[in-house]
Amino acid sequence: MTAQLLLQTLLSGILIGLVYALVAVGLTLIFGVMDIVNFAHGEFLMLGMYAAFWGFALWKLDPLFTLPLTALLLFALGAALYRLIIRRITDAPMLSQIFATFGLMILFRGLAQYLWKPDFRSVGESVVAGKVAFAGLQFGLPQVVAALGAVLTTAAVWWFLRSTRLGAALEATAADKEAAALMGIDAQKMFALAWGLGAACAGVAGALLSTYYPIFPEVGSTFILVAFVLVALGGFGSVAGAFWAGILVGVVEVVGGFLWDPAYKMVLVLSLYLLVVWLRPQGLLGKA
Amino acid sequence: MSRRAKLVWLAAALVALLFPLVAARPTWQNTAILMLMTAQMGVAWNILGGYAGQVSLGHAAFFGAGAYVSTLLSIKLGLSPWLGMVAGAGVSAGLSLLVGWPCFRLKGHYFAMATIAVGEIVQAVVNGWEFLGGAVGFYLPLQEKGFWGFVFNRSKLPYYYIALGLLAFSLLVNWAVARSRTGYYLRAIKDEPDAARSLGVSLTRYKQTAMVISSALAAMGGTLYAQKELFIDPGSTLSTSLSIKMALAAIMGGVGTLAGPVVGAVVLTAIEEASRVAFGGTGRGTDLVVYGGLIVVIAVFQPAGILGLFASRRGPARAAPAEAPAKEAA
Repeated sequence: MTAQLLLQTLLSGILIGLVYALVAVGLTLIFGVMDIVNFAHGEFLMLGMYAAFWGFALWKLDPLFTLPLTALLLFALGAALYRLIIRRITDAPMLSQIFATFGLMILFRGLAQYLWKPDFRSVGESVVAGKVAFAGLQFGLPQVVAALGAVLTTAAVWWFLRSTRLGAALEATAADKEAAALMGIDAQKMFALAWGLGAACAGVAGALLSTYYPIFPEVGSTFILVAFVLVALGGFGSVAGAFWAGILVGVVEVVGGFLWDPAYKMVLVLSLYLLVVWLRPQGLLGKA
Repeated sequence: MSRRAKLVWLAAALVALLFPLVAARPTWQNTAILMLMTAQMGVAWNILGGYAGQVSLGHAAFFGAGAYVSTLLSIKLGLSPWLGMVAGAGVSAGLSLLVGWPCFRLKGHYFAMATIAVGEIVQAVVNGWEFLGGAVGFYLPLQEKGFWGFVFNRSKLPYYYIALGLLAFSLLVNWAVARSRTGYYLRAIKDEPDAARSLGVSLTRYKQTAMVISSALAAMGGTLYAQKELFIDPGSTLSTSLSIKMALAAIMGGVGTLAGPVVGAVVLTAIEEASRVAFGGTGRGTDLVVYGGLIVVIAVFQPAGILGLFASRRGPARAAPAEAPAKEAA
């Protein structure tokens, strides 16, 4: 294996890892703020993909142009789900919490199958079709653009949390609900915001992926597993942790698939996850 | 167990015993067998998920272990699937020790997520392993072999009564566990883990005990499935959706109760079959919509399950029928 090939594989891993990270950022936001694991998170991604697909199929609008709209739609969906359903299980037993979002996952998959058929679909010719080559390395343009878009979105979320009053309020709620409430922060609003933002992150990731990834009702299942792994590796609730874990897992997956057998790359990633939660239950980058 | 509960169980047993004699249509018998098998899986899951409160979403791995071990022993060595069932339960119990070791370090959501990972790993490994049939799976020869051979093609009745027997056995195990000291500790671990630990209860040991029993029972259900369908592959015996179904039967009926998984399985299977008949092959996805919607509604509005509806009418709801006498607390 030449150094160039290794570099090519490594960078490919980083490219997909950055998209994984964006999905996980959404999941970790929800988790960090209200201690609920959203099993339907992959379905937000799936819906983002279909939003991009239909924008293209019906109006010939490129997934990249409809991206802001997709983000808004998913934000609204996430916030609405919180108001309608999640709000009622905030203090419910864990089993109810798990199965409420699990039920949503099955419901959305069923709806997608029913409304849009279980077929594999793809966005035809996106503006980002083609290849980029530099220094003898070659990457698909859609992959590069998706990775760039994912980094920008992650950075925007990071900036929002760090530099705006609303973001600070969200972080305060995540750190200590009671104290935040005493400071006049409305926890209900913050929870709805977390669900909106979380869904929007997954939706944007879906829209970015739609330029090169097949679109089908169960597409979320792989991504949710990877997102679980990232959230666990990065430390539950940590946006920065999820980001670095995304890059790590992307590289492990692609390099592992290259050296071993692509069929087993998920086994590798999930084993890494089990190993980490076994040795460090608080996550690789999480604080004890 | 109250007098009333005893009467209900007796009546249910009578109905179950006589049902196939009254309803002779093969489709009805088949639906009834599905109900019994789903109930048995739910009972198995409930021992760990309901009584000990450790939500596993990877139980298909244990179910699949039972299906694969008995099938492999039967195909490669010509062993009777009944021996395979025992071997499968053993392998599954061993696997559960292996899984429990890292996973029981985790609590709540984290445990559930880790078990999904375990289930997915097992499915992916079997999918890619030629010796285990890979993605294609195994067919068992369809020829009448009698009771010892565990293949019946003249009638579905033997499968019905075997499924009923296995369910009865699983309920018996569940009942015995619930009223034993272990059962008492399990409920303590579920409701007050810190208090239980401070009283010197080894959390991991009792969780592990529950998981061994639960996984062995799940594996026995897997062997029955393999012998009834005479075909197994990773999709049908190892998928996460199967794990969810096991949990769902218990949750829908009433978590941590003896009868819960049975009630849940009957309702769940009826809904599945009804939506399959109503929407047929054309409306693929509608069954999932009904299914998913129902899960959300139950999780949000009726966390105590269907049995909880009846309990609340007769005064304060009891989370789990505390069969262990109070004096065992000492």
